[in-house]
Amino acid sequence: MTAGSDRVIRVRRAGALTTVQDCGRPGYAHLGVPRSGALDAPAHHLANRLVGNPPAAAVLETTLTGVAITAECDVIAAVTGAAAAVRIDGQAARFGAATELRRGQLLEVRSATSGVRNYLAFSGGMAVPRVLGSASADLLSGLGPARLADGDVLRLGPPDGTDGRDGCALGELPDIAVPARPVAASSSDGATGPVQLVIHLGPRFDWLLGPGLAGLEDGQWTVSPDSNRVALRLAGQPLRRRRGELASEGLVSGAIQALPDGHLVLFLADHPTTGGYPVIAVVDPACLPACAQARPGSKISFRIASGRN
Amino acid sequence: MRFRPAGPSALLVEVDSLPRVRALHARIERERACGWAPGLVDVIAAARTVLLDGVTDQDALASEIRSWSVPPHPEASGQVVEIACRYDGPDLGEVARQWGVPPERVAAVHSGLAHEVAFCGFAPGFPYIAGLGGGREVSRRDRPRAAVPAGSVALGDEYTGIYPRTSPGGWQIIGHTDAVMWDPDRDPAALLRPGDQVRFVNVMP
Repeated sequence: MTAGSDRVIRVRRAGALTTVQDCGRPGYAHLGVPRSGALDAPAHHLANRLVGNPPAAAVLETTLTGVAITAECDVIAAVTGAAAAVRIDGQAARFGAATELRRGQLLEVRSATSGVRNYLAFSGGMAVPRVLGSASADLLSGLGPARLADGDVLRLGPPDGTDGRDGCALGELPDIAVPARPVAASSSDGATGPVQLVIHLGPRFDWLLGPGLAGLEDGQWTVSPDSNRVALRLAGQPLRRRRGELASEGLVSGAIQALPDGHLVLFLADHPTTGGYPVIAVVDPACLPACAQARPGSKISFRIASGRN
Repeated sequence: MRFRPAGPSALLVEVDSLPRVRALHARIERERACGWAPGLVDVIAAARTVLLDGVTDQDALASEIRSWSVPPHPEASGQVVEIACRYDGPDLGEVARQWGVPPERVAAVHSGLAHEVAFCGFAPGFPYIAGLGGGREVSRRDRPRAAVPAGSVALGDEYTGIYPRTSPGGWQIIGHTDAVMWDPDRDPAALLRPGDQVRFVNVMP
């Protein structure tokens, strides 16, 4: 038995969809392997930093309804991402802060009040087998660990372990002074207006007719309920586009496809590596966390990046 | 060759034919092996394009690639892999009809062609194996199947594909193989990779 083998947490309530995520599987797209990884990368990194993990360590990513776990060992935990109440044994606990969990204590993340996804980091990180170097659950292709189920027992790594010390783009780290606050990007209640995403030219922007990409700036889109880790599906005033077909070509994260019916598909981390609908625009990487936190029903608007792209 | 920006940090290079894609892709991989463009994270060859993801200066990279002389037909670069195939698929008759040959000839025609993996996509380890050019292209089924069994050997357009796991699919199934296309515990995980030459060997069902 290894020293870390009794460091476990038990899932009391798995929530709508909770998965293990780290920085995903960059570099395997030519084999058809999606990038995957935490959708809100800054929230992932921040949660890890709060508990003293390397930024790339594996965490839990929830979806809308949170999660509840009991610690079966003493562990440091932190919750970041969407705005949600955090409870320890029923008592209010701090969001976005390192919190000591004693063995037997219940940590609950309630439903998100704005945003979609919470990140739970535990000191030592989630110790799940790596597939192609990553612990991420890839929901498109089924790589990595299964989504959490009630009653699951999950192992943690040793708190001084080296898991996740490499393989993550440190350039995505938030500034050290970023306060541990809930995301403000989402506006499910509509009170703060639509989420504005900065876009760049996609390779097939010339498939748009009429005002072209500027037509994207004029419209407003609604996040459809069938959005997931693969893509946000956006409904709105249909854009007029050229007819015809395109041979499948490589896709980047943030790529926006214009479907024949005028709807938009905005690809997130679990996107397929290739696709055949024209990519008219690409969301700026800095806006991908806001996409991750955009709730079904919330409004999206676009602004074309200044400069060449 | 046309260069299309794919957002702020990726470049889509478009060429006129699949052989040109394979030639360009081979050149890119040779350059990368020598340390070229170290920021590139993913290079995705497809039917008419090569996507370079992780580009810091799109203009500089485009003019550099434009200056290369890329032969129109690539030299064979990959390994040769034999795939033992039982030509017993449910769409043998439809493929025979499209090719204008008797169904019992499909195996001989298909296994007699030269095949090369053009790219992978759709699912981890799913190879798009080029080799049906020159009039052997195959139209997809009007209605995709909800579940194509793992190991199915199927034809679509100018490609042969092999399903690594059971998944929906609209290609015409001509046979099956026991080859394990994808095993994450194996290195490399994918049995077939872009550039590999594929020999289909007809084994009796």
